[in-house]
Amino acid sequence: MALLDIDALSVTLPGMARPILDRIELTVAAGETVALVGESGSGKSVTARAALGLFPAGADLAGRVRVEDIDLVGADAARLREVRTGIAAMIFQDPRAGISPVRRIGDFLTEALRLVGGWSRARADARAAELLAAVGLPDPERHLRQFPHEMSGGMLQRVMIAAALCGEPRLLLCDEPTTALDVATQAEILALLGRLRRERDLGLLLITHDIELAAASCDRIYVMYAGRIVETATADELFARPRHPYTAGLLGSSPPQEGPLTRLAPIPGAPMSLLESATGCAFAPRCRFAEPGRCDQAPPVLEPHGAGRVACHRADELEPPVLAHLAPDSEDR
Amino acid sequence: MTTDVTPHDGTPLIEVSGLRKTYRTGTGEVVAVEDLSFSLPVGGALGLVGESGSGKTTTARMLLGLERPDAGRIMVRGTPLAETVRGRAARLARAKAVQMVFQDPYLSLDGRLSIGATLDGVLRLHGVRDPAARSARIGELLAQVGLGPREAATRPRGLSGGQRQRAAIARALAVEPALLVLDEAVSALDVSVQAQVLNLLADIRRDTGIGLIFVSHDLAVVRYLCDEALVLHRGRTVEHRPVGDLLTAPADPYTRLLLASIPRPGWDPEHIARQRRELPAPAAAGGVVPSE
Repeated sequence: MALLDIDALSVTLPGMARPILDRIELTVAAGETVALVGESGSGKSVTARAALGLFPAGADLAGRVRVEDIDLVGADAARLREVRTGIAAMIFQDPRAGISPVRRIGDFLTEALRLVGGWSRARADARAAELLAAVGLPDPERHLRQFPHEMSGGMLQRVMIAAALCGEPRLLLCDEPTTALDVATQAEILALLGRLRRERDLGLLLITHDIELAAASCDRIYVMYAGRIVETATADELFARPRHPYTAGLLGSSPPQEGPLTRLAPIPGAPMSLLESATGCAFAPRCRFAEPGRCDQAPPVLEPHGAGRVACHRADELEPPVLAHLAPDSEDR
Repeated sequence: MTTDVTPHDGTPLIEVSGLRKTYRTGTGEVVAVEDLSFSLPVGGALGLVGESGSGKTTTARMLLGLERPDAGRIMVRGTPLAETVRGRAARLARAKAVQMVFQDPYLSLDGRLSIGATLDGVLRLHGVRDPAARSARIGELLAQVGLGPREAATRPRGLSGGQRQRAAIARALAVEPALLVLDEAVSALDVSVQAQVLNLLADIRRDTGIGLIFVSHDLAVVRYLCDEALVLHRGRTVEHRPVGDLLTAPADPYTRLLLASIPRPGWDPEHIARQRRELPAPAAAGGVVPSE
C-alpha cells in the first residue's frame, strides 16, 4: 500500500479563476523517492501541504488524501496531529525562516520533546545530539550550543532535517530543500536524504522547480502545470522521452553543459496565475503544438502513453521524436 | 542600440588588478577577495563562478563602487574607477561606467513607480531634457528587452517575475553603461522564463558592445553567455580560462567538484560529498561563511 496516496484531489478557493489543484493524483511508497516538478503557482507546494492535511483556509475540497490508512480530508484534530507529529514531516526551502535566530540549536530541537513528550533536559539533549549525528553534523554537542547565525545554510538545512526526523516519520516531504544552497551543498543534502531513505525506508517527496535535479535524484516524477498533473513517468523515461510539450519545453530551457550551443528555445509567455483560467488545456496558450478546435476543449485527463501517463489532447500524435524537434533553432515567440 | 563603448585603442573595457577586500568580524579578519585580476575587451563576457561565500558578490559590489577595495584597482576604459565619489557629476559618471542587475527585481525597482516612470527618471537624471527624446528612448529600451507600452504603464507589482527582470535590465541599459554586472540575475526566475532572459542577454551582447560580468553558480548558464569563466573559492581565483576549456578539462579540484555537482542522470551525490570532504584547503584561510 502506498504511504501517501492522493486521489482526485481538487482544492478550490472562492474568488480564484481556476482551482488551485484540479484532480491531482500522486502516490509515494515506502523507500521511494518521488519528485513533483513545477513552476511558481503550479500548485506543487499546496499539494505537499495537503499531505499534512494543511489546506488553504476557506477552500472547497474534493477527493482524497491518505497517509498510511488515515484520510486527511475531514480528519479530526487528533488524527491530524498523529500524522503531523509522527508519520509525516516536512522541510522547506529556507531553513533560516523556520528557526528562531535568538535561540540555540539545542533549544529548537528539544522544545517539542520537552514540552509535548515531557522529556527531561538531559534525555532530550541526548536525543537531539543523536539526531544531529544522524544528519552528518560532525560535532553534535557543540552544535547544540550554537545559534543559527553561526551556521551556514547547508548546516542549518541539516538541522531542519534532524528536527523533521524527531518523530521518526515514514514520509518526508521536502519543499525545494536545496534551492537556497549552492550546487556542492545541494549534492551533500541529497546524499544525506538518500542515505536516510535507505536506512529508514522513508518515502521521500521532493518538490522542485528543477527538472534536471528531479531526473538525477528520483525514481518517479510528476510534472505539474496550473494545478494539474500533466505528465508522470519514471525519471529515466521522462528525461529521455518527454511526451508532454511542457515537459519537453522545461528540459529544453536549460543550456546544455556540453555539445554544441544553439539558441535556447524558451517556452513563450509566463506560467498561468491564479487569476487566469482556461477552458481547455491550460498550457495551450504557450504550446507550440496547440491546435485550435482541439486544445481549447475541456482539459485532457492523464492517460497511459508509452511508459508513462500524459494529459495532452495530442498525446497520440506527439510521439517523442516530434518533441525532439522542439529544442534547437525554433524562434522565440 | 547606439551605445558608444568604443575605446580609443584596444584598451580593455575593464581591467581589474590585485583586488583585495577583507571584512572584520567578531572573531577576526575574513578575506572575502584576495588578489583578483582580470580584464575584459569591448563586448566581452566573463562568468564569475563559485559557491556562497566565495567572494562573487563582494567582487560585484566593488565593481559597482558599493564596497571600497583594500588594495588593487579597477580601470574602466583606461581610467581608474574613482574610489570616492563626490558630487553629482562624479556620481553620474560612475553610473555610466558600471550598472548592475540584481537577483530579485522586486527589491531593485521602485514599487511606487511604473516602469515607464522609472526609466524616465533615469534619463532625466542623466541629462535628457527633451520629453519627446526621453519618450522615444523609453520606447527603444522597452522594445530592446521585449516589453511594450502596457508594461511601461504598469508598476512592478503588476508584472510577472520575468517581465520585472526585463524592466530591471532596461533600467540598467538606459544610461548606456560600459559594463553590466549581473548578480545571479536569472536565478530567481522560473525555468521557462529564465531561458527567455538568457536569450535577451545574448542579444544584448551581440547588438551592443557592453561588457557583461555574469555572477552565477550555474556553469551551464555561464557557458551559454560568456567567453571566459573565473572560478572563485574562498576569495581566491582557482581557475580563469575560456569557459569551454574549463568545462571539458577542469584543472583545479574545486572546479571539478563544481562540475560534478551539477545534477544529471546517473549523478552520484554521495561521491560528490566525499570529493568535497577530500578537497584540499586553499592556501590561506578565507571565506565568509563557516565551511562545512
